[in-house]
Amino acid sequence: MLRRTVSLWGAMAAAGLAVTASTAYAAGSVTGSTDQNWSSLSVLVLATFIGLGVIGRVSRLLHTPLMSLTNAISAISVVGSILITGSDFPIPIRILGAIALFASMTNIVSGFLITERMIRMFKVRGEAGRGESKP
Amino acid sequence: MIQTLVEIAYLAAIILFILALYWMNDPKSARKSVSAGVAAMALAIAATWSRPEVVHHVWIIIALLGGVVVGIPLSRVALTAVPQRTALSHAFGGLAAGLVGTAKYYLWFGDDPTELTTFRMTAIVVETLLGFLTLTGSLMAAGKLHGVSWIPQRPVIYPFQNFTNLGLLLIALAIGVFLIVNPTGSVLAFPLLIALSLAFGVLLIIPIGGADMPTVISILNAYAGLSAVAMGFVLDSRLLVVAGALDGASGLILSIIMCRAMNRSFTNVLFGGFGQVQEVASDAGEERHYKEETIEGAAQALEMARLVIIVPGYGMAVAHAQHRVAELYDQLTARGTTVKFVIHPVAGRMPGHMNVLLAEADIPYDDIVEMDDMNPDMAQVDVALIIGANDVVNPAAKEKKGCPIYGMPIIEAHRAKSVFAIKRGKSTGFAGIENDLYFRDETFMLFGDAKDVVGALTKQLAVDVAA
Repeated sequence: MLRRTVSLWGAMAAAGLAVTASTAYAAGSVTGSTDQNWSSLSVLVLATFIGLGVIGRVSRLLHTPLMSLTNAISAISVVGSILITGSDFPIPIRILGAIALFASMTNIVSGFLITERMIRMFKVRGEAGRGESKP
Repeated sequence: MIQTLVEIAYLAAIILFILALYWMNDPKSARKSVSAGVAAMALAIAATWSRPEVVHHVWIIIALLGGVVVGIPLSRVALTAVPQRTALSHAFGGLAAGLVGTAKYYLWFGDDPTELTTFRMTAIVVETLLGFLTLTGSLMAAGKLHGVSWIPQRPVIYPFQNFTNLGLLLIALAIGVFLIVNPTGSVLAFPLLIALSLAFGVLLIIPIGGADMPTVISILNAYAGLSAVAMGFVLDSRLLVVAGALDGASGLILSIIMCRAMNRSFTNVLFGGFGQVQEVASDAGEERHYKEETIEGAAQALEMARLVIIVPGYGMAVAHAQHRVAELYDQLTARGTTVKFVIHPVAGRMPGHMNVLLAEADIPYDDIVEMDDMNPDMAQVDVALIIGANDVVNPAAKEKKGCPIYGMPIIEAHRAKSVFAIKRGKSTGFAGIENDLYFRDETFMLFGDAKDVVGALTKQLAVDVAA
């Protein structure tokens, strides 16, 4: 499975790099912080491998909580939203930021709370207080 | 000084996020996962907020409070509604990414177009495309899962569908490339990109039916993660790149698990139009007959069994029968019968859906067995009780070449000594094919609502004990 994952991911990354590189070439110049860009890309590759390694070991029992947890984690876009909402930018831009901030915060709150709620339900034999289940 | 502290906080957040996912490998340590995640998120928010360029605090507070007000009720939904809640939160994630991308584009567009470097513009295009596609796609998926009346439940298929979809995607990509090469070339290009992404999301999900939802939700999860990664490139934030990559990797792994459990490929799920083409096949062949069994008869068989497996499916979720199933489990285990739950990876409407429902009903997870671990021992099972599962126990997947689900890994309940299948009606399953299991000699049908039938079984068992 890892092989398929890696090859798929790799193909996507390669395609992305190819597009970036070729358009950069077509544009004739690569301006800005090129070194920064490349190190961000290597961070992406490393983080993806860590993610695949760590998540490949997640218990199958917990796939639903896993999804709600990663959902909350990817609401880290809250960082970008705060910067856009809170900086001294034109009002229309900040309105876009505020909507994004609202959406991210919703995901953070509901994502973590429901993950917590679900994880608490998983019990082993003996620990499960059987008999008090609601109809 | 503040800059350094902010960076340190971001670094700590990255570590905590990875730990949060690491602890999910076992239900016991998973309780720490949420705390780690919350801590990381709090650090990230506090650090960002303290940056000197953030000056408008009231706006932030209002938006955050709005998120809390909407987020809390969304976390209290019934567990049967978790799939649609998840789809909805993917939609919110996509929306946030799309809006930030849009805001950044117009900010640089108005301020200083030279800031729109090729690299940034590529990231903005990817972020916007994936973000808005995930928004409408996930909204459609959530609507289908929730049974919203104006969104068709069955797959919608029309001629040249894949051609239309692919064409639309190609146009969107072409506009994207145009924007990358020439960021300020046309004022129409960016709005058009947004509109096409939104439309593509809808068209992508329309032809997909219920049982493919676990895969689709996972794919949308990966898209939401990828759009966060792209946002990280736009904003030059490593924290965003890492968190997005973790989310993307998780969505990808889950999609692959789901696809393998159905013996299908990504392209087949997204472009296959499952559940439509096959209906012709079921009309062929002679009339076959079910054997119905009474509650009393089924209860008797359960009483004599030593090893019982229960195979839950989406039908159990629809009927909200998990608590009744738990009562049945109690009755049987109290008699000394061994009861195991066998769960197919794609049972239900999202990965792990059945596990959460059983956990809600306080069924200990050490009695939940995976399909691959149970199949070799199936011959020792006295009674296999199928509750609202259909295609995942259809032996045609092993025996009938040319059958649409041929090759799909199944729970081999047909090898058990006897099978009792609880089924709402006599209709075919999602795949539109008849289930050979129901016509086997050792199979008996119990027709009715899963909740009622399981409840009646439990009552009958209790009566028999008293007698």
